[in-house]
Amino acid sequence: MPSPNLVQLSITMTELSVFVLAGFLGYQIVTKVPPLVHTPLLSATNAICGISIVGALVEAGAHQTTVSTILGFAAVTAATINIVGGFLMTDRMLKMFKSRPKTPTAAPSAPAGQTNPAGPSGRAPGEN
Amino acid sequence: MARTVFIEATYLAASILFILGMRSLTRTEGARRGMQMAMVGMLLAVVGTLINHSIVDYRWIMAGLAVGTVLGYPLGARVPMTSIPQAIAASHMFGAIAATLVGVAEYYNAGGNVGSGTMTALGFETLLGSLTITGSFMAFGKLQGIVMDRPLTFRGQNALNLMLFAATIGIFGYLIVTPAHPALFYAMVGLALLIGVSMVLPIGGADMPVVISLLNSYAGLASAATGFAIGNNVLIIAGALDGASGFLLSILMSKAMNRSFANVLFGAFGTPAAGAGAKTATGLTVHPISAEDAAMRLAYASEVIIVPGYGMAVAQSQHQVRELAEQIEKRGGTVKYAIHPVAGRMPGHMNVLLAEANVPYDRLYDMDEINAEFDHADVALVIGANDVVNPAARNDRSSPIYGMPILNADHAKSIIVLKRGMSPGFAGIENELFYDQKTSMLFGDAKASLTKLVAEVKNV
Repeated sequence: MPSPNLVQLSITMTELSVFVLAGFLGYQIVTKVPPLVHTPLLSATNAICGISIVGALVEAGAHQTTVSTILGFAAVTAATINIVGGFLMTDRMLKMFKSRPKTPTAAPSAPAGQTNPAGPSGRAPGEN
Repeated sequence: MARTVFIEATYLAASILFILGMRSLTRTEGARRGMQMAMVGMLLAVVGTLINHSIVDYRWIMAGLAVGTVLGYPLGARVPMTSIPQAIAASHMFGAIAATLVGVAEYYNAGGNVGSGTMTALGFETLLGSLTITGSFMAFGKLQGIVMDRPLTFRGQNALNLMLFAATIGIFGYLIVTPAHPALFYAMVGLALLIGVSMVLPIGGADMPVVISLLNSYAGLASAATGFAIGNNVLIIAGALDGASGFLLSILMSKAMNRSFANVLFGAFGTPAAGAGAKTATGLTVHPISAEDAAMRLAYASEVIIVPGYGMAVAQSQHQVRELAEQIEKRGGTVKYAIHPVAGRMPGHMNVLLAEANVPYDRLYDMDEINAEFDHADVALVIGANDVVNPAARNDRSSPIYGMPILNADHAKSIIVLKRGMSPGFAGIENELFYDQKTSMLFGDAKASLTKLVAEVKNV
């Protein structure tokens, strides 16, 4: 029969593994995010970080003490602002990123071809 | 039992959707849909939590959700793109408030009778949370212009910060061994709030990209610590993703300024001491240019590279920039945009503004992609950028920005700089590019100057 301390320790170790692996995964993903969308990345991760609402909901609804209910209510409010604001902001930004309508092949990662001043398109995109 | 499994399943689904959502940002196409998936993930996690057995009263929850939505909607949907850095700072603050309050409530409910493991988690949660609250608030204030944008430094600042920090860590260590000291716990939270203020006070506007990224990381780590405290994996995963992302961004931003983290946090750019050995502008003259002449040069250029900076954001002139580019293109010239990683007040700031003005994103080039291109550009048009084109970074060892990678605007055949006046940039450093023989200065508000240029190019 393992002692409660050992059980707690093994749970903590599992959580720690999850944390390290998720952090590693996050790092790997973000290295591939182009600087172009670094701001949406910032606001997206910010919105996701509002996940602490999970803890806030329990505090606000479990009715353990009056103080914790009030703190929970404030926490739910703050987390909701974070989530709603963050996701809306991100979506609004991503909506704006548009490529040129007719020349989708002009990838920004082709510095070799840029010596030609004619560029990918000499045509003016008259419409906005 | 079945309910517990269902709840855990929603958390797992949420974690997967968060990861997929973040991964979708690696490509611009589909990024929007990816983020919608992340939104669904958040919704799932909330629904899963709401059916939790321990929730007995929904009144406060509904009130909180309602108030939060009412306040969060304008923050996300109404704030103009030029104010996005402030909005993100504010959003960080609210996220950190949530994490901190949950930690305080947990500790309060337990009356301090928690194990050392839980205390460690609660400590990290409230520490990182509260310093993010005040740090983000200060960043918000500086970006919004409520608090002074200039670095605020005073004698013994670093010593004071170090003492604050040491005291906080000391209390934290003591609490881990003996958690049942509520007074100490609240003192620690208070000290962490102070650290947040003192951490951001000495940081100038030009260093904001690092600070915003760092606060992003702290907010994520606070969420992860909340996960450890209440034993919930989705918080740990989301927090770790966010923490890693913010951390990497702050490293990238520091690198783009050729400075270490420590230097950004404790260096306080632009203090008088920093500029002591730097070159001064005495004996040098600038070459002003009229809008007509500048327009003429732009109209006949076959390749123009636009270098936007924070000045473009301040003047909210991104739309005029795009109009000017269109006019130049109509005349057969090509226009490209050179984006420095730390141009503006947050990572990717210029990209967002130009995208808002409908500039196609394949015209936006990173520093490494465009730098060789300046050699055959006819005109480099610098709009409200300063330090990111300062050649002192390359050749003046005494300059505080020496070693910072810069855009080679000075390699262009000619340079036109749009600038309000001759005040030094936000880092407070003289820029010899402005005194270069090839450089012409077009003084005035960027928006007004650009509007004039557009009209003049049309008439050429």
